[in-house]
Amino acid sequence: MNGGNILEVRDLQVSFSTYEGEVQAVRGVTFDLRRGETLAIVGESGSGKSVTAKSIMRLNPEANTIVGSGEILFDGRDLVKLSEKQMQNIRGPKIAMVFQDPMTSLDPTMKVGRQITESLKKHLGMSGSDASKRAEELLALVGIPNPKERVRQYPHQFSGGMRQRVVIAIALACEPQILIADEPTTALDVTIQAQILDLLRELQEKIGTSVILITHDLGVVASIADRIAVMYAGKIVETGTVRETFYGPQMPYTWGLLASIPLPNADRSQDLIPIPGSPPDMSDPPEGCPFAARCPYVMRVCPTEFPEYTTFSAEHQAACWLHHPMAPNVEPPARVRGAK
Amino acid sequence: METRYRELDPSLFESADIDAEEGERIAGPPVGFWKDAWIRLKKNRGALVSLAVLVLVFAMAFVIGPLISPHSPYSQGLSQRYLGPTSEYWFGTDKFGRDMWTRVWAGTRVSLYIGLLAALLDIFVGVVYGAVSGFLGGRTDDVMQRGIEILNGIPYLVVAILAMVVFDPGIITLTIAIGLTGWTFMARIVRGRMLQLKNQEFTLASRSLGASGLRLVSKHLIPNSLGLIVINLMFTIPAAIFAEAFLSFIGLGIQVPEASLGSLISDGATELRFHPYLLWLPALVFSLLMLCFNLLGDGLRDALDPKMRK
Amino acid sequence: MTEQNGNERAILEVKDLKKHFRVGRGVYLKAVDGVTLEVQKGETFGLVGESGCGKTTVGRVLVRLYEPSEGEVLFAGEDVHGTGGDEGKLLNRKMQMIFQDPQASLNPRMIVGDIIAEGIDIHHLASSSQERLDRVHELLETVGLNKEHANRFPHEFSGGQRQRIGVARALAVEPEFIVADEPVSALDVSIQAQVINLMKRLQRERDLTYLFISHDLSVVKYVSDRVGVMYLGTMVEMAPSDELYSNPLHPYTQALLSAVPIPDPDVELERERTVLQGDVPSPVNPPSGCHFRTRCPRAVEASAQIDPPWREISPGHWVQACPCFT
Repeated sequence: MNGGNILEVRDLQVSFSTYEGEVQAVRGVTFDLRRGETLAIVGESGSGKSVTAKSIMRLNPEANTIVGSGEILFDGRDLVKLSEKQMQNIRGPKIAMVFQDPMTSLDPTMKVGRQITESLKKHLGMSGSDASKRAEELLALVGIPNPKERVRQYPHQFSGGMRQRVVIAIALACEPQILIADEPTTALDVTIQAQILDLLRELQEKIGTSVILITHDLGVVASIADRIAVMYAGKIVETGTVRETFYGPQMPYTWGLLASIPLPNADRSQDLIPIPGSPPDMSDPPEGCPFAARCPYVMRVCPTEFPEYTTFSAEHQAACWLHHPMAPNVEPPARVRGAK
Repeated sequence: METRYRELDPSLFESADIDAEEGERIAGPPVGFWKDAWIRLKKNRGALVSLAVLVLVFAMAFVIGPLISPHSPYSQGLSQRYLGPTSEYWFGTDKFGRDMWTRVWAGTRVSLYIGLLAALLDIFVGVVYGAVSGFLGGRTDDVMQRGIEILNGIPYLVVAILAMVVFDPGIITLTIAIGLTGWTFMARIVRGRMLQLKNQEFTLASRSLGASGLRLVSKHLIPNSLGLIVINLMFTIPAAIFAEAFLSFIGLGIQVPEASLGSLISDGATELRFHPYLLWLPALVFSLLMLCFNLLGDGLRDALDPKMRK
Repeated sequence: MTEQNGNERAILEVKDLKKHFRVGRGVYLKAVDGVTLEVQKGETFGLVGESGCGKTTVGRVLVRLYEPSEGEVLFAGEDVHGTGGDEGKLLNRKMQMIFQDPQASLNPRMIVGDIIAEGIDIHHLASSSQERLDRVHELLETVGLNKEHANRFPHEFSGGQRQRIGVARALAVEPEFIVADEPVSALDVSIQAQVINLMKRLQRERDLTYLFISHDLSVVKYVSDRVGVMYLGTMVEMAPSDELYSNPLHPYTQALLSAVPIPDPDVELERERTVLQGDVPSPVNPPSGCHFRTRCPRAVEASAQIDPPWREISPGHWVQACPCFT
């Protein structure tokens, strides 16, 4: 494992067996998480981004999850091959997760303080009093006023934004090396989202956790991510630093995403450029490039085979047949052609 | 930069036509709600077997049983008393020499009749009451719910005994006892569903289009409650059969010479020591009925449960 | 920015609208607590705000799903709530709604054709079943779907397609005014653009007027001619779209605009942000005086004492003039 990487995912494949057949959610995903960075995994419904995140934590429902070949390398071990017991020692102290809905992420019958100290006592072996003190410190760290009082309250006594802070506090309790945040602000109001994003930024600086941020919101990505991986239909189609990908995207799906968002200074008389059609059905995913059916630049080769990744810089890669030397030269839409 | 590219046929890089329409097309025939539920039910072997068994039992009780046996459930023959199962009397005879085969199926008929009656009451009284209460809401709903609470406060055993005193014991009594309070559960369930559906966006959409109350209830609210109603019926029927069996067992239900599964079991229990077949046979049919209705009900609940999709 | 002719009346006038819900003995949830606005024919008025601000309630009062507690709603000069019977039914045709949740806004037991034709059936707009079918097919094609889709059930469609079916349903009765309540919030970003473009095209082709309700500021700015910002049941600022975004006067509007992350990394890095503290107070017991004062970075003593007046600071630009900035 490369020294700068804290997590390496190699060719991960995950499917679910449902009563309608096998749904292939993740079809060969490879990416690295560097130490101390925030990597955003971006995609729309059905892209497989949430499943990827849950697979790292092995939180997919055991009964019908099929994990194909592929590895998740962390701390010298392949997480895919660990037993449930071994995973329990990783979840919490080493890798922690924050989910989307703050209303259902907390146990409504347990005081908030206890939900934090549980983890501290189990994984760090802290004594009751030490754990309680630490719980108060954590609440203060995430910006909850009056932590001494709040520690003894129940989740329903907190608002949505506050609950999300508590969830973050619980996740960071054991100072994990990796924090996976699955759409952490999607369910929150915009002004509260701003608070939480600020908090995540601050915490990352203070504690140095590496963060995987799952989101569909490109504004959030521009706000706090260092690198971005764009997923479509179970595959990663482009990765790069945030600047490279926003200002010099190399894959038509990324162009489409950027072109379909109304920018603050957009001209209202111009129509947005949507991507026609809908994402494919993952119980029968298309062969070749999954975006071919919706791509305005599609060529005959596209539906036959998934393209190889072309490297543009140390960090920037994209998978698209347009970069094959035999492909015609194509200009991305004007809106997308690099702002800076 | 460093990527090595394979040599490919240049024609592959010509533009292809994308048909955005193609993306919008939906494969396969339209799958309605009931068809979809049936497909899922079929995968549940227990439910499917139960359904088959129930169909068989119905057929036996109402059609086949009486036809294939030459005997009548009432004719006594003192010379044939207490015969175990033989080739002439397939289920044997009871203490009056009556053929058990026909008696058991006659009893099953009565039990099924009670079950169906309870189901009908559920539908005509329970669903309507619950729908009106839930749909109208407000004060009306409060009053109607208090009504149900009062009815529920009356133990049906007391009602049964009172009915026995006032009317002649028998099928009428049973009907009153079970019918008076049995429908309240369904009413509550339907009311709950109405309250939930009233605030769904598709209901609001209809209202904003100008739909009348009748239209809302008949086209939107009830169809979306049918799943729940059917499931509930599958549990009401065995509950009613059981209630009848219990009342008959303690002597408050079916009187001789009529038979129901409950009374047969009751009679059989007294003969357990020397003539166990008199108990086992009706008990077997009874247990089979209960088990099958319950398994089918479970299966239906899974098949109709929207959360189980995808 | 439409000019107001002396003769031309706004197609929709809302005057000091209030909607209070009783949640306990003597306790009221003041979902909408005094909203005044006008919408001109053919324009799109964007109504923006966070959860609990009352924007959805306003929308529902307009299409007569709720009765107002106080205040009036006039459509083409007529009181929307005073009318019943046939007149009322006509209003149902003229003012329609598009809903947010593509999952819940279509009856799962009905086929799409019947869902779209419901308005036609209620108002007897088709004289034969063939005519009804033709109209349904026409509507399906208008929204970019196929005729064959008429026999399918909602669950067979994607979110974007379902929203389009919702649009077709609203169009079936030939409305003049459509309240779109978060029509694209539940959709993927690349699909949002499809539905927004559809709505814009329909507006041009059919001279529709929209009230576009959303919490997504970028989308609202893009589609709206004028925008109103709501907070805790009242409108705090209202101005033409460009004006509001370039010159927000009310501290809440400023904070709201500041909070939206912009999909441009360099801009995000450099821009200054105002991050509000604390949470939104409960609409059951809103703060006295200026409702926003508990979170306002500029609140002064007077903010608690007087109800800030609704004033036109510059032509077309109205604001709740709180003492903290006037």
